[in-house]
Amino acid sequence: MSTLRIFRKKPDDLGFFGKLGFYLFLIIGALISVFPFYWMFVVGTNDKGAVFHVPPLLTVGDQFFHNFKRVLEKADFFQALGNSLFVSSAVTLSVVFFCTLAGYAFAKYEFPLKNGLFIFVIATLIVPQQLGVLPTYVIMAKLHWIDSYKALIVPAMVNAFGIFWMRQYISTAVPTELIEAGRIDGGGHFRIFWKIAVPVITPAMATLGILNFMTVWNDFFWPLVVLKNKEHYTIQLALQQLFTTRDGLDYGMIMSATFTATLPLLIVFLLFSRWVIAGLTSGAIKS
Amino acid sequence: MAEPVITSPHAESKRPFLTEQRRSRITAYTFISPFFILFSIFGLYPIFFTFYLSFFKWDALNPMKFVGFKNYDLVTSDPTFWISFTNTLIMGLMGTVPQVMLALLLAVLLHSGMTKFKKTFRILYFMPNITSIVAVTLVFSTLFGNNGMINWMLNGLGLDSVAFNSGWWGVKIAISTMVMWRWTGYNAILFLSGLQSIPMDLYEAARIDGANRRQQLFSITLPLLKPFIIFVSLQSTIGALQLFTEPYVFLGQAGTGSTRQEGITMVTYLYSEAFRNGFFGTAAATAVMLFLVTILFSILNMLISRGAVGDTGGKKA
Repeated sequence: MSTLRIFRKKPDDLGFFGKLGFYLFLIIGALISVFPFYWMFVVGTNDKGAVFHVPPLLTVGDQFFHNFKRVLEKADFFQALGNSLFVSSAVTLSVVFFCTLAGYAFAKYEFPLKNGLFIFVIATLIVPQQLGVLPTYVIMAKLHWIDSYKALIVPAMVNAFGIFWMRQYISTAVPTELIEAGRIDGGGHFRIFWKIAVPVITPAMATLGILNFMTVWNDFFWPLVVLKNKEHYTIQLALQQLFTTRDGLDYGMIMSATFTATLPLLIVFLLFSRWVIAGLTSGAIKS
Repeated sequence: MAEPVITSPHAESKRPFLTEQRRSRITAYTFISPFFILFSIFGLYPIFFTFYLSFFKWDALNPMKFVGFKNYDLVTSDPTFWISFTNTLIMGLMGTVPQVMLALLLAVLLHSGMTKFKKTFRILYFMPNITSIVAVTLVFSTLFGNNGMINWMLNGLGLDSVAFNSGWWGVKIAISTMVMWRWTGYNAILFLSGLQSIPMDLYEAARIDGANRRQQLFSITLPLLKPFIIFVSLQSTIGALQLFTEPYVFLGQAGTGSTRQEGITMVTYLYSEAFRNGFFGTAAATAVMLFLVTILFSILNMLISRGAVGDTGGKKA
């Protein structure tokens, strides 16, 4: 920031060069953020040798379908995409439902041990996943869930972050009087939750859903541990597999697959980016 | 707020056992029970079992055999473990420290009032984080290839090519770069939301007192941002210690496996002990040590960020 001190007359005015440097820095940062996406597309649409082109090739080619055909020969790409879609959707629906229920209970009910239990929920966020990986794997083996989607879905069906995030939102967004009025009218507990609370908090549910979907979609470690059969691979495992081929690395093929696998998430993110970022920042400071 | 929120007093006399209060308590417990049931099975029990398992010799098939501290001896006398340990620390430092500082700088720049396109920048900076680590690693493995773009740029600057996919430092630089690319923008947005929570009149008051930008930065912005700085660096530290996918995928090409010494990390070591070699006991001991290291570094990190930012912001309410 030392250059900024030259323009000292008005403390807020950077002057022309200050502004220029300022925007230049931000733009270079943004370009670095975006460039790999573009590069993925460039390599995916050019022929095999494009990666090693000197100077680096930066224009989009017309070999995309040609490359992508080789992906389909090497891997069940769409099967893997479908698997990921299934697992991520199942986990997300379940997480949103159970976390909303639990968040609602912590926000709007009084019961013994409430605060203690909530602190426990928050405390579980600190424990690293790897600590329990081996026994969890053994449990999965005992349940005969290895190589099945149950191993991916069931342990992830509800999580502490979601409960925390829904509780925060519900305690401010859902008026307690409305719930009491519903009780006086004789509505059941779940019915009131469903008819009165849920319509008010759909934005928070959507944010939680998107964040969770991205996490599950992008997970690599746990699927790698429990999935054995290639038919069951999620898209991340399928992508990694393309990279492991022995006969020379076909980057055109790899990148056409990577790009196709990234595109859906990218579109969803761009459509909902405001929510995603809001969700991220409001859940950020929990301690 | 000790009174139950949802209670209708009319029902109490009619039903002596299932009063409204009891009913709403039961409902509340039912609503929160899925978490506690699932966490007990797939969270709490495995954690305790890992500690227990670390004292046994076991291949996940045959009966377990108690060996005391032997697993810990085996792990700590394995040079590969210590390589994975140093790698994790080196890559952790290389990926985290510059990343957090850069994120802070980006956030401060984005926050200064006159930034146009703030929303667009936020979206662009966040984009790396939505990509899967596998995809990121594949892309960067082309950029860091022997004839890749990074080496082309180095040559253009008159420097020698670096063996990013096989050299001791090369691999570490490549992997740290991937980590930085993925997380810098994410952290910048966390910092940005922290900056936005600082009341503007503080700055106005400081300006009236004649404080320049630098003074404002060091005596208002950074101290008030302290909780965010601690949170972000803590999260980055924990994330860095769990590094797995980047080295696994980056070094896993051509079927050579991922335990190559240039990039093996503690989690990679754990993974290969358990799922490649079938040594569940030593893998459990590794998990326990990883956990202890995580706690140690979390505490260390808290102390450092507390010291670095200064205690001016630590005023108690």
